[in-house]
Amino acid sequence: MAAWTDISGIRQKIADSSAEEVTASYIETIGKSKINGFTTLSDEAINTAREIDTNGHEGPLAGVPIAIKENISTKGLSTTCSSKILQGYVPPYDAHVIERLKAAGAVILGKTNMDEFAMGTSTESSHYGPTFNPWDMDRVPGGSSGGSAAVVAAGEAPVSLGSDTGGSVRCPAAYCGVVGLKPTYGCISRYGLISYANSLEQIGPLATNVADIATIMDVVAGYDKRDSTSINRENTYSDALKDDVKGMKIGVPEEYFGEGIDEKVEKAAWDAIGKYEDMGATYEKVSMPHTKYALASYYIIAMSEASSNLARFDGTRYGYRVDGDNWHVMASKTRAEGFGDEVKRRILLGTYALSAGYHDKYYLKALKVRTLVKQDFDKALANVDVLMGPTMPAPAFKIGEKIDDPLSLYLADVNTVPINLAGVPSISVPCGLADGMPVGLQIIGKHFDENTIIKAAYSFEQNTDHNKARPPEVA
Amino acid sequence: MVYENPDGVRIGLEVHVQLNKLNTKLFCGCSTNYHDSEPNTHTCPVCLGLPGSLPVINEKAVEFAIKIGLALNCSIVEQTQFHRKNYYYPDLPKGFQTTQYDYPIAGEGKVIIEGEDGEHEVGITRAHMEEDPGRLQHMGSIDRSKGTLINYNRSGMTLIEIVSEPDMRSPKEARRYLDKLRSILDYLDVFDGDLEGAMRVDANVSVHWGERVEVKNISSFKGAERALLYEIMRQKNHIRRGGEIVLETRHFDEARGVTISMRTKEEEHDYRYFPEPDLVPLRVADWVPKVRETLPELPDAKRERFMKEYGLGETHARALTTEIKLANFYEEVASKVDPKDAAVWVSDTLKGELNYRELTIDAFTVKDIVTVIELVTGNKITEQSAVEIIRTVLDDGGKPQEIVEKKGLLKVEDDIVAKAVEEAVAENPDAVADYLGGKEKSLNFLVGKVMQKTKGRADAREAREKVLAKLKE
Repeated sequence: MAAWTDISGIRQKIADSSAEEVTASYIETIGKSKINGFTTLSDEAINTAREIDTNGHEGPLAGVPIAIKENISTKGLSTTCSSKILQGYVPPYDAHVIERLKAAGAVILGKTNMDEFAMGTSTESSHYGPTFNPWDMDRVPGGSSGGSAAVVAAGEAPVSLGSDTGGSVRCPAAYCGVVGLKPTYGCISRYGLISYANSLEQIGPLATNVADIATIMDVVAGYDKRDSTSINRENTYSDALKDDVKGMKIGVPEEYFGEGIDEKVEKAAWDAIGKYEDMGATYEKVSMPHTKYALASYYIIAMSEASSNLARFDGTRYGYRVDGDNWHVMASKTRAEGFGDEVKRRILLGTYALSAGYHDKYYLKALKVRTLVKQDFDKALANVDVLMGPTMPAPAFKIGEKIDDPLSLYLADVNTVPINLAGVPSISVPCGLADGMPVGLQIIGKHFDENTIIKAAYSFEQNTDHNKARPPEVA
Repeated sequence: MVYENPDGVRIGLEVHVQLNKLNTKLFCGCSTNYHDSEPNTHTCPVCLGLPGSLPVINEKAVEFAIKIGLALNCSIVEQTQFHRKNYYYPDLPKGFQTTQYDYPIAGEGKVIIEGEDGEHEVGITRAHMEEDPGRLQHMGSIDRSKGTLINYNRSGMTLIEIVSEPDMRSPKEARRYLDKLRSILDYLDVFDGDLEGAMRVDANVSVHWGERVEVKNISSFKGAERALLYEIMRQKNHIRRGGEIVLETRHFDEARGVTISMRTKEEEHDYRYFPEPDLVPLRVADWVPKVRETLPELPDAKRERFMKEYGLGETHARALTTEIKLANFYEEVASKVDPKDAAVWVSDTLKGELNYRELTIDAFTVKDIVTVIELVTGNKITEQSAVEIIRTVLDDGGKPQEIVEKKGLLKVEDDIVAKAVEEAVAENPDAVADYLGGKEKSLNFLVGKVMQKTKGRADAREAREKVLAKLKE
């Protein structure tokens, strides 16, 4: 099986046998899964594969199976954000990315588990129960796109889509030892992505290798008039798949190696940067002084937007409903029962931050900090091509270890959230193991300069074996 | 004469205008033509607020809003932005209303109305765009309802909220302001005021220059006048009895004609406004010159031109310029017959007959009224016959010329009337003698004889004059 876990291998396998056989093989693997990565499997997957075999398909993903995060709308296929409140909700329409994947011939295997409404770093807050890290079943896969990362790491899907609001693609990619990209804000249409924090999030691909990330980007990225924040800009991501970092200037933000960083993670990151030097790149330390305020700014903005985005879940039109004597009672009871603790916490904090009397002190101040964080990136990236550092300050933690300590969970996002505040692209690639758990290297680029970070990541992959490491059970 | 405003009344109005002449809704491609449709048939993921859907601004709606702003002499903002107004209500599918907050499309402006003491200026504070919510329909009365149905066909329709300064000093001025607004909007061709819910009004009222009270749920112009009369009386009585007016929101109960307290300031919502992240700020400064070019001649300018160009008095000019269709109709008629005659027949007679039947000017053609005016000014028919023709066209249809022939309305020739007068006088010597002896009534008898002989086609006034002249011989 390992021979055809990347897209080109799968396409070869389809040519040799059939799309149906490939899809059936993945469904069989999923059937034996112990990681709880998938929430819902599509009944259509095998039919889609058969149709491709019968009618042929010219698309770049013809017959290629893909897993989709629970918060990306799929017509006719349950999309619940892993929340009880959306129990039974089946979208009547496809997200923009799903339309594009289908047009490219992709076979949607099913939906993947996530932290409820993408609010988390561990995929423990899911209504479907936690997803387990394939590298160590006692550990979390990261989050919030934990299902999307874990199924790719476990060989249950070759590629997947996640979403990244504050690190939700890169964190699980790092924890599960796969590649994950958070594109520039505006790169991929959010139409159909159920909003958590609109001004911060982007859909992003996860895969076992950089080339597949570029292939998926070539399919899903691009202008969509239904998303007003989508940017009209042509780019071919696979053009960047070149092993060439000679003369590339790397900036290493001191702040990303701050207090509390795991020594082995730190070493793995520096080893990676050393490898880049060997490959012909140069590095310099840079300072991003506002990084320490980024976390606070991020959480205030994200929670404020979330408090409004999640207002529509009131049991009136779709999803879970608890009846009451009148509408207000019904809506209150529905929300009380339908949302989990972390979601309620964020709605309450966001509501508070936007309230009269606190709006300026919290929400407006957070926006000002966001501008300063952006300026940090503009300044740092003016002199270097990319920024690098560890994606997460430590490897995956144990299930249950932090669930009752939200603050320490929030702190884990320290290196990922500044990127969302600035809107720049960032890719996480495996760069080694710390005590048997994967470590991710984060490569950050300028706005819409995905190609430079893809090239940097691809070159690293070509010159190292880190991405070939597989979880013990799978290997 | 200066209006003293003895009760220190100040009225400010917030008028919600539904731009129902747009083809599509404010943030999605759904058709706006839902008024005769089944519930929830003009909806999509966006206006139903389905998870994952995103708004896209309707540029035509922005254009309409700029047009309205310009017509109200407002400044237009350089860059406009939308905000979320957060509150829970079942007619609001997203749990917030997308509206405008600190960057409304139109800033300060003004409107001139016919005030208590002549021309009066009402300041416009701002005009902003927002989306209309859906509609609730209670199954049974609101108190004893078995359930509530929600129709989202209206959800996402474009509204313009026009906020005035508290510059109106009486319910009458408020009514005039509303009429003027409607007239301007009618000229701009941005809405059909006859459709249900096309204009909705909230009023801010205070007396003796005191604290203001907001009155909501006013659904018609007549309702606005009634609500304001009631609220002013209520506030005056309350103060007279030693009470104090507090800042509060009251609900107008149209059926009972009273206002009822809904909530005081302490209970006001905190809407937690913040910029809509799904819509980028829209730079509209560059649109303004182009939109300005599309502005039509507005009611005030047209009224003055009618007075100057056609020699009309203010009353006729005003009546003819309230609605653009009527004004255009009049101008077409005025190009074919004497403009003053046209004004009398269009504004007084025809408009009166139309209003009586609740019809618009579309119910009559220029050609027909021109025929009628030509007949009457050419002395071919009497004024009564002209009115009868107009009524017949409206009630039974047909062409004026046909009606004249069918009903035999052509005036009889002068010599026939003269002959009838001579005969009547000659055949009724007693009546003549009575009249000459001072019995005025006998004149009517003789005129009646003349009408009889001409089978009613003589002009009665003319016949009377001719009999009188004969008797004086």
